[in-house]
Amino acid sequence: MSVSTSTAASARDTILGRIREALRMPAPLPHMKSHAAEESATAGPGGLTILPADVARPWLPDGGDTPEERLALLTENLGKLRAEVHRVADPAAAAALLAGIARDRGWRKVAWHGHPHVEPLAAAIGCEAHRVDGTAFDKNALEACDAGITACDAAVAQTGSILVSSGSCGGRALSILPHVHVVIMSLDQIVATLGDALDLMRSRYAGGLPSMLSFITGPSRTGDIERILVLGAHGPKELIVILVG
Amino acid sequence: MTPGSPTADSHPVHEAENPHLAKKKFLHDAAEHVRDTGHRAFVRKALGGYYTSRDTQKARYRDWEQARDAASLAKWSAVNRLDELLPQFVANFEANGGKVHWARTAEEARDIILGLLRAAKAKAVIKSKCMTSEEIHLNAAMEADGYGVVESDLGEFIQQLRGEPPYHFVFPCMHVRREEISDLFGKHLGTAPTDSPEELTMIARRHMRRLYVDADVGITGANFLVAETGQISITENEGNARLTAALPRMHISISGIEKVVANLDDLAVLLPMLATAGAGQPMTCYNTLYAGPRKPGECDGPEEMHLVLLDNQRTAILADPEQRDSLHCIRCGACLNVCPIFKNVGGFTYGTTYQGPIGSVITPHLRGLADWNHLSGASSLCGACTDACPVRIDIHHHLLHNRRNAAKTAPNRWEKLGHRLFAMVATRPWLFAAGGAAFRHTLWLMKKLRPPLLRDWLATRDLPAAPAASFRSQWRARS
Repeated sequence: MSVSTSTAASARDTILGRIREALRMPAPLPHMKSHAAEESATAGPGGLTILPADVARPWLPDGGDTPEERLALLTENLGKLRAEVHRVADPAAAAALLAGIARDRGWRKVAWHGHPHVEPLAAAIGCEAHRVDGTAFDKNALEACDAGITACDAAVAQTGSILVSSGSCGGRALSILPHVHVVIMSLDQIVATLGDALDLMRSRYAGGLPSMLSFITGPSRTGDIERILVLGAHGPKELIVILVG
Repeated sequence: MTPGSPTADSHPVHEAENPHLAKKKFLHDAAEHVRDTGHRAFVRKALGGYYTSRDTQKARYRDWEQARDAASLAKWSAVNRLDELLPQFVANFEANGGKVHWARTAEEARDIILGLLRAAKAKAVIKSKCMTSEEIHLNAAMEADGYGVVESDLGEFIQQLRGEPPYHFVFPCMHVRREEISDLFGKHLGTAPTDSPEELTMIARRHMRRLYVDADVGITGANFLVAETGQISITENEGNARLTAALPRMHISISGIEKVVANLDDLAVLLPMLATAGAGQPMTCYNTLYAGPRKPGECDGPEEMHLVLLDNQRTAILADPEQRDSLHCIRCGACLNVCPIFKNVGGFTYGTTYQGPIGSVITPHLRGLADWNHLSGASSLCGACTDACPVRIDIHHHLLHNRRNAAKTAPNRWEKLGHRLFAMVATRPWLFAAGGAAFRHTLWLMKKLRPPLLRDWLATRDLPAAPAASFRSQWRARS
């Protein structure tokens, strides 16, 4: 390291000192269009104003009030994002469906991870399977796979996002490196809003966060060339969501 | 050097070498770009679809304006509690196993990163889009030290091959036509010409896949730092940042100190609004929260994660309560997309890392008011930027504040003289009347004579009729 420990410590102290000094002068509140925000703002630590999270929720896009509404919203949003959505009755039907998809597209090798949702499907798929969490991770082997099959932590009706984590969805690369990402989930994993999904993560991982949590909202995309939408920039070109139940 | 990676000709060429010439360069480039109607039409067309999709997505909010209130309050309370939240974030980030490095200046940040690359014996570095790294000119420093670095974001990759900085801090190559990209890929990657954006994207995709797998260090930016959990949040569409943070054995992230938010609830508001305001999307394709390196029991991910926290004059903005809210910026780019100046002078004319209205507000703080205040004059003060801002930064008023501050520190002598002359005339009724009379007669005379100097201008315009009498004499005659 070219920066010595004492320089590093003094950089931290200088910056924190400058911040404390700067904040001695209070700044005015932002101009707000509505009084609702101002009224519901409460005094937080240090006497500063904070808006409670649940106050903002009714202003954001709808997430649905009932399980039926949430399912309908999720399906609609995933469709708009050009993800492929299937709903099947049970794991056996999911396995048959996926085996058919694999056959139709000529997949030669798929990657998967150990999870009760994923295992029955991986066993039935009928092509070479690479399990990412069994042995030492091999990124070259994963790169050569046509598809990655994962479970998810939740799905968000409000935005059509699939939430995966490195802890319970086969690490970081499985859901991003293969050309197709297949998500297997049960209906009870659908939540209304991003806030609900984050709340769920907060309680589920209270003992220690996974090193990655990722909201996946449709297949990978770019608009960098003349602002024209192209799917499959670097991540999966296709996102296939199989809802079981 | 990584195979296929650009050579050292990719040094930013659009930045004024001498900051004192920034204004001169701005005026020159602005005049050039305004004349280029083809370029202006192309940029307008590229932004056309954005307005439609942004409005469609805004309509999905049950109350967009109140959601803006919530977003602005979330950033306000974070920035105004930075003394408490930044140390809280750092403690939690380190508890997650990450390592924090503090950089007062761009130079310190570069030294820290080069030190990390040396310690890691890095051979190949892959990078996802990070404006903070543009701000500190990281690529040039890395190349000077012999490290091959590849920008993986499609737009940034194209700009890197072109040897240009980003044109727009969200859409880096929005000014480049597909034929130019096809030629560029042909030249650097040896691919066959194509006019299909899809095929061009696939060329970059195929080129990049080996580079992710082979890189030993991945460098990313950060959109938010979550104090409650010590996570960093990265927003992207292509998946290149996900790959950059998944496959190399070391992950380095660079962030301004102002990116802190209090908790995950704030992200539930800010993430969708960032996508909608900036790109007309319901959500950006990948919004990812990282809590340190790979955890025990996880099958992949980097062994080390480092975060460089950059001040680089941000604390100077923080010390100005009037303009402190410019630190609320979430870099969505909405203010550029709606700015009539940006659309006409183009992104390069600014000569800054952050273009457009928000860039004109913060650049004078980051790099000196004396040399960069002219950007605050490049505004019609229409306020479109302020209306577009999802976190309600008072952008166009800050341009006025900058103008006022510049006038205080370095008064313009000619402007001062002009005002003094006007004051002299206006406080002497006889002189004011004489001046008015002289002007009325001049106007009458010009209409009569049509002097050659004005003939071209008058060919399509009429001079106003000279009034017969002054306002004051009419006022007197009224009673």
